[in-house]
Amino acid sequence: MREAARIELDAVDRAIIDRLQGDFPICERPYLEAAEVLGIGEDELLARLRRLLDARVLTRFGPMFQIERMGGAFVLAAMRVPEADWERVLAVVNAFPEVAHNYRRTHELNMWFVLATETPGGIADTVARLEAASGLPVYPFPKLKEYFVEMKLEVRT
Amino acid sequence: MNERPDAAAIDAPDSDEAGGEGGTFAHPLDRRLVLATQGGLPLVARPYHALAEQLGAPVEDVMARLAAMLERGVIRRIGAVPNHYAIGYTANGMSVWDVPDERIDELGARVGGLAFVTHCYHRPRKLPDWPYNLFAMVHGASREEVQAKVAEIAALLGPACRAHDVLFSTQILKKTGLRIGG
Repeated sequence: MREAARIELDAVDRAIIDRLQGDFPICERPYLEAAEVLGIGEDELLARLRRLLDARVLTRFGPMFQIERMGGAFVLAAMRVPEADWERVLAVVNAFPEVAHNYRRTHELNMWFVLATETPGGIADTVARLEAASGLPVYPFPKLKEYFVEMKLEVRT
Repeated sequence: MNERPDAAAIDAPDSDEAGGEGGTFAHPLDRRLVLATQGGLPLVARPYHALAEQLGAPVEDVMARLAAMLERGVIRRIGAVPNHYAIGYTANGMSVWDVPDERIDELGARVGGLAFVTHCYHRPRKLPDWPYNLFAMVHGASREEVQAKVAEIAALLGPACRAHDVLFSTQILKKTGLRIGG
């Protein structure tokens, strides 16, 4: 993962980040409409977005998809990896293209990753292959229900 | 085009996944629109016109299908996706809770309603290793701040919480964008 560059964020940058996390209009000149709400010009908004994207302050600007609604499947899974075996297991797990995100976490279950497959049936198959390749149990934690959250984080820096 | 090969196109940079609910594209243009925009919208004055030109489709259809996908929830929202770390959220804790199954929907909705909880899910327990059935992702500027927020969740749940833990991420081991293939 590329690190974000350290750039100074001014009040306008913060307003863009805080207020444009949703509700971007679908119309002929959406940047113009969004810019007017922010009290800046369309060109300035485009230039600032480009700068925030280049600096990786924004990871992207556009539609956020809920991909499971398109037929794919995503499941959080965890493994208990012995420290002595960590590097070997990490290489095995990360070599699977189905492993999208992988985090080390502070728990006995110390490796947490997201499996992404084109079809729901692909998850069980991938879990079985991961277990065979690593020699360790894989614990899938499928989402049973998602509770609504307002996904908006305000700039803290 | 704003092509960023490592940018995740779906929500929840830390904990996202779904329960395997199958689905299909409602319209032939939808899949192509996803492919064309999962790297981002064109940064030009008329982005939907640019997409229409790129796809060889009428701009009215492009805008109508995007609006329809937004309506159906295939698109959660359109806008800026901040890098949590870059905007000051350097600590993230996956808080996990053991609450009674018969109350989980009520409690999950209340936890999900807290401003600092960015994802909240009901997931299965794995007894005896893992007693927790409610997962809530908490972001903060420090571990102390995350712990303070976790304490707020504990206070909200009260005696309904039988056990809890918070798992901090200490290392990103892999992060590729969750994308559909062409």
